[in-house]
Amino acid sequence: MSKKSHEKPDVPTTGHSWDGIEEYDNPMPRWWLWTFYITIIWGIGYTIAYPAWPGIQSATSGLLGYSTRAEVTAEIAAVDARNAEINAQLASTDLTAIKADPNLNSFATSSGAAVFKTWCAQCHGSGAAGAKGYPNLLDNDWLWGGDIEAIHETIRVGIRTDEHFDTRYSEMPAFGRDQFLEKPQIEAVVNFVMSLSGDPLDASTVAEGAEVFAGNCASCHGEQAEGDRSQGAPNLRDAIWLYGGSYDDIYETVFNSRYGVMPNWDTRLTEAQIRAVATYVHQLGGGE
Amino acid sequence: MAILDKHKLIETNATLLLILSLLVVSIGGIVQIAPLFWLENTIEDVEGMRPYTPLELAGRDIYIREGCYTCHSQMIRPMRDEVERYGHYSLAAESKYDHPFQWGSKRTGPDLARVGGRYSDDWHVDHLIDPQSVVPESVMPKYGFLTQKRIDGDHIADLMKANAIVGVPYTEDMLANAYHDFSAQADPDMDYDGLLERYGDDVPVRNFDGQSGTTEMDALVAYLQMLGTLVDFSTFTPDANR
Repeated sequence: MSKKSHEKPDVPTTGHSWDGIEEYDNPMPRWWLWTFYITIIWGIGYTIAYPAWPGIQSATSGLLGYSTRAEVTAEIAAVDARNAEINAQLASTDLTAIKADPNLNSFATSSGAAVFKTWCAQCHGSGAAGAKGYPNLLDNDWLWGGDIEAIHETIRVGIRTDEHFDTRYSEMPAFGRDQFLEKPQIEAVVNFVMSLSGDPLDASTVAEGAEVFAGNCASCHGEQAEGDRSQGAPNLRDAIWLYGGSYDDIYETVFNSRYGVMPNWDTRLTEAQIRAVATYVHQLGGGE
Repeated sequence: MAILDKHKLIETNATLLLILSLLVVSIGGIVQIAPLFWLENTIEDVEGMRPYTPLELAGRDIYIREGCYTCHSQMIRPMRDEVERYGHYSLAAESKYDHPFQWGSKRTGPDLARVGGRYSDDWHVDHLIDPQSVVPESVMPKYGFLTQKRIDGDHIADLMKANAIVGVPYTEDMLANAYHDFSAQADPDMDYDGLLERYGDDVPVRNFDGQSGTTEMDALVAYLQMLGTLVDFSTFTPDANR
């Protein structure tokens, strides 16, 4: 830089002088000034086009008539319209016939997967393997039935929910808490139940447990402890345990009983969505 | 322009500068906030809204105390992805009895504005005790201590009175029976007819945490299970022009 630029340029000063230091009164750069003016004009135009100025009763609604509510409604309606045909087909096709139509089946499975991840994964797990108290949907063991119609019905009405009149319902007695059985009887029946699919903790009480079982449990779980899907009574012969298969877990189940609740989904999902997720669950591996 | 040359007066007088700055800044606030107090379309009238029951109100306080709002919002924005995932977008009226509201702006966890009824009570209890037991990928801390902390309704009427002062329509009847209603909602063996009469037939009366007595877990689950359930969207038609 030449020395000259530090000497008096041809610009007036503001007239301020602080301890001999003066301030040049340079104008704003012209491009900056014009950008500033344009933003002001743009701002005024924006408030005319979009909702902006408050009045006495309401705010101005803007020439473009924009509203976020209208936009989201239109956006959802557009997607619904795009899928309307296939959703209607899904809702009216016989549940057992969905699989036979490759196009419908592939739509139902992938839209069902989305429904599952949004609404079901929190309890049944994102891979549908379940957790203690929340059934695994990948295996062949079903409480209320594993064909697609039974799965569809369970999703629709829920299990033991207060919110649906036709919900799937059954209630195991709390044999210990409500004093239907003595403590030694419970211990015996727990050992008997353990012996059905593995080794009991105390083999000497199994015979007594079998008698307790026949008198108290067989009416729901079956003579052979094979379960009863009409009342959601689990099969006790397989080694699949919803609430755990250890001595302590089974003891807790018999003593206090269990009361698993699943919400009914008919008020939150459409019929097509329920069928889609039923199709998805049915094809996971355990569907009958 | 002669008036613009007078700025030396302001620049050399700090008090005047402060007063004029405040004046300029407050214009922005007034233009944005003041109209909300008189515009009729700020909060639409929605059927079904009711004040929180005593137990739900206590649960709400626990929610605030534990800082749930730092990870969970309670505001479903009018966007397709949010509506598809969480349900109908939130209405201003749905948080009109919230002091303070829990809208939030950060979601480490999901939005909770419509979590009510979405899961079973057992799930909420299991999940609060050990979130990873049901959602292995979750980073939520454990809140099992809530099941051990018993609470009673000794001070719930005072809390309701404080809410009434800022505009929540708690009636004399509600305040007088607050102590009883508090326990009755978590104990179906008690007389809860009065509770339903005061707050509506849809108020869930259950032993939320599955153990005897009223605990903080009962209160929190009761609160979570009613979130977003008051307005019936099958009969509600939103005014698009809002």
